[in-house]
Amino acid sequence: MIDEGLKSELQKQGVFVVSTEWLYNWGRKSSIWPLQFGLACCAIEMIAAAAARYDLARFGAEVFRATPRQADLMIVAGTVTKKMAPQVVRLFNQMPEPKYVIAMGACAISGGPFKDGYNVLKGVDRYIPVDVHIPGCPPRPEALLHAIITLQEKITGQHIDRSRWYDAKATTEFPIPTYGEHDLLPPANPEVWQPPKDYVDVTNAEPKKTA
Amino acid sequence: MPTIEQLADAVRAAVPGAVIEIIPSTPAAAQPALLVNRESAVAVARYLKDEPSYQMDFCSCVTGVDYLAKGYIEVVYHLYSVALKQGPVVLKIRAPRELSQCHVPSLTPVWRGCEFQEREAFDLYGIKFNGHPDLRRILMWNEFTDHPMRKDYVPPADYEWEPTPHDDVLKRAKADGGIMPPSAAAVEVKK
Repeated sequence: MIDEGLKSELQKQGVFVVSTEWLYNWGRKSSIWPLQFGLACCAIEMIAAAAARYDLARFGAEVFRATPRQADLMIVAGTVTKKMAPQVVRLFNQMPEPKYVIAMGACAISGGPFKDGYNVLKGVDRYIPVDVHIPGCPPRPEALLHAIITLQEKITGQHIDRSRWYDAKATTEFPIPTYGEHDLLPPANPEVWQPPKDYVDVTNAEPKKTA
Repeated sequence: MPTIEQLADAVRAAVPGAVIEIIPSTPAAAQPALLVNRESAVAVARYLKDEPSYQMDFCSCVTGVDYLAKGYIEVVYHLYSVALKQGPVVLKIRAPRELSQCHVPSLTPVWRGCEFQEREAFDLYGIKFNGHPDLRRILMWNEFTDHPMRKDYVPPADYEWEPTPHDDVLKRAKADGGIMPPSAAAVEVKK
């Protein structure tokens, strides 16, 4: 590890001494290319964030790619219906590693106002791993910028030797749900979707006796 | 614009076999409807469209209504005349709720614009439109077998770990089983 004082002195002379990992992460975090697709009204806020006033280009994330093969980030902006969910998972599978997901807005997080309906997925994290959740209905462009910055911080903290995408055994493809007679099959991917540890299974439980 | 009684009399006179009933509406809505028997619905529709003094050339809305307690499903058509700038005329057709008998004649051959809306009513209510050129599901996927807007539809049990279940959702989550926060579960936790 290089001494900070020496590093600072060298920088004044125009010599930058950094680790390969830092350079690698700096390059990745400064050019997060999102996949160009939107599902509902959150997409309008995403477009606003990319346009001149909020200027996503300040964070290097303005290059919206029209193909998943060139994208690093999937911004799930809007309501994911059950009919659309297999396509979202398929697009995510087609993205090259390393890849990230931002779930933008109440619908993408949990189904939002449509949670109790029959046709909306109760959160896109049932099928794909989400890195950053943004609450809001819809979130303001500043919130999306904050999510991009949060993702950049996450990328900065990743290590090349321990990264998931260089692990040959790691999952890079997520099973695509199929259309069932009543619901998507399976209704969730247990590898990415698990209940919190303190939650209680009430399937065969006895009702609590009131004193 | 003729009154609903005049319209009903005119239809009865013009279409032999048409059984027309006037269904009153609330005074505020002021949209009484013509209930037509299934057999003569197409003939009545054609008459309303072609008759020079009505010229109902535009069908703006097709929807289903499920009357679970009364045992029938109703299809409601809202008709306007763009040529004469009048309307709406509300046309209703009833069919039994049982899926095997729940069929009405399609009015797509009369108004082309009904096509997608009748497909929607088929998808969500299970109403079969005889004579429809392309009767497929339009919103739900083809493999889906339910009709979600029917009153007796039961959505899939996927309240598996509702973070904040309450009221009806809590009742259903408990009935379906599943996983929920200890605060909401109200059960003896077996350690």
